[in-house]
Amino acid sequence: MSDTRKIINDGLWTNNPALVQILGLCPLLAVSSTVINALGLGLATTLTLVSSNLVVSLIRNQTRPEIRIPVFVLIIAAVVTAIELSMNAFFHELYLVLGIFIPLIVTNCVIIARAEAFASKNSPGASVLDGLMMGIGFTAVLVVLGGLREVIGQGTLFANAHLMFGELGYNMTITLIEDYRGFLLAILPPGAFMLLGFMIAIKNVIDARRKRAASAVILTAPVGA
Amino acid sequence: MEFKTPTSPHIHSGASVSRVMLLVIAAMIPGIAVYVGYFGWGVVINILLAIVTALACEAGMLIIRKRPVLPFLYDGSALVTAFLLALALPPIAPWWIVVLGAAFAIIIAKQLYGGLGYNPFNPAMAGYVMLLVSFPIEMTRWQAPLVNSETSLSFIDSWNIIFSGIAEKIGDNITDAITMATPLDNLKTELRLDQSVEQIINGNPLFSHLAGLGWEWINIAFLVGGLFLIYKRIISWHIPVAVLATIAVLSGVFYLIDADKFSSPMIHLLSGATMLGAFFIATDPVSATSSNPGRIIYGVGIGIFIYVIRTWGGYPDAVAFSVLLMNMVAPTIDYYVKPRVFGHKK
Repeated sequence: MSDTRKIINDGLWTNNPALVQILGLCPLLAVSSTVINALGLGLATTLTLVSSNLVVSLIRNQTRPEIRIPVFVLIIAAVVTAIELSMNAFFHELYLVLGIFIPLIVTNCVIIARAEAFASKNSPGASVLDGLMMGIGFTAVLVVLGGLREVIGQGTLFANAHLMFGELGYNMTITLIEDYRGFLLAILPPGAFMLLGFMIAIKNVIDARRKRAASAVILTAPVGA
Repeated sequence: MEFKTPTSPHIHSGASVSRVMLLVIAAMIPGIAVYVGYFGWGVVINILLAIVTALACEAGMLIIRKRPVLPFLYDGSALVTAFLLALALPPIAPWWIVVLGAAFAIIIAKQLYGGLGYNPFNPAMAGYVMLLVSFPIEMTRWQAPLVNSETSLSFIDSWNIIFSGIAEKIGDNITDAITMATPLDNLKTELRLDQSVEQIINGNPLFSHLAGLGWEWINIAFLVGGLFLIYKRIISWHIPVAVLATIAVLSGVFYLIDADKFSSPMIHLLSGATMLGAFFIATDPVSATSSNPGRIIYGVGIGIFIYVIRTWGGYPDAVAFSVLLMNMVAPTIDYYVKPRVFGHKK
């Protein structure tokens, strides 16, 4: 497997930040009550990951190893501040909904983990790709979890889409279940924990099946082939 | 989850799990009979619904987990869970409440943790709390005791209310006619309005000589069933006595301090799920502590939580929350309260 393919595969599946590394759970569980909230936070996190990975990778040869962690933290904080201010400017309502969790992206362990484990050792191009793929992997889990919680919890999908897509978003809300009474557990944090647990379990089942299928292929391959 | 096996002796009384479970159910019968007398056939329908759901979910999960199905179904533990959950629910709750609660109890609170013997939380109470948190309206809509109201509920009436929600469709007249706050609920609301306990209880049709109308006899019937379990050595006396004594002492002290603001020990002991909780729920052998001193600490903790949440908390009754909270610390209690191993010094 080539390096690029490995980076993509790692971020999206094998080493997915939410399903395998289980990093950044605080925003993952707190904000994923609707698809739109999840998407907003996921995109902000992705943008942070890409930018911080790029900068960390660019200065990796100038930073002394003794002080690298504080330097990374400063870079990430600067990036997050910029993203926070621009969200406040362009998506003000969404910014108000996500609230404290935007500045808290600074403390999301996925970002410092990628800076330390990947960007500080690899070229800027590979680091940007890694940041993008980890970000998309994180966003995907966040959005699926948000979708599950929204459907089970209040019977809708894409509620409040206007926060992100403006006027267009008013027509995006889909009511899947009419007269739904709401299932509060899915909206509350315990429901998020349980659903994330189920998602991790499903991923493990898929992996186990694949592994079994792969080993079956090897076993049945003719000798000397 | 892994639990440490307590120290020896591991003497076995010859009681099999299914015999224990069947005796537990037998001991519930007087309580259930009185309950049906006061609240109608909804109780029985709830129990049947819960049993069917619990057994189906148990069988399904056992098949998925590739475990033997029949031995685990025959052990009766899912049956007891179904009974406890159904007894905790309002007798006019819609059918999906019961089904959802029983499914949650068996699938998530029991089988996902590894099945019988591995669940850290009491499955019935986990299911009940999930319902209470998720569907507060359905879960707090209780009916008035039948002796008290003009409407009578036949089996068919209860069936219709549970399965088609007919009371809601016809209009609020019938719903209003048969629903009423529970005594504990009523007490809590009125106390918030600065009424004294005596003002609330005097002349209130919800209350009777000892405690809430109907509830006093339901509790006494469960007390009788519980004593039978202790006599049969199915449960030890430690947990129920600790729970009840703690509630009695706490409510007694506060009652002596201010009888206007705090209801009497009698009301606390004979209201809500006190007796069912102390004898049947808290004594669950899997999720409770395993040594006798540990059981006392566990029971005292449940008693404190019940009184504190009832008196100062947001919910009128608190048996389920208290049991779950003490389930959480039960392994820690077991760790610190180790019985002396025979032949060793402490």
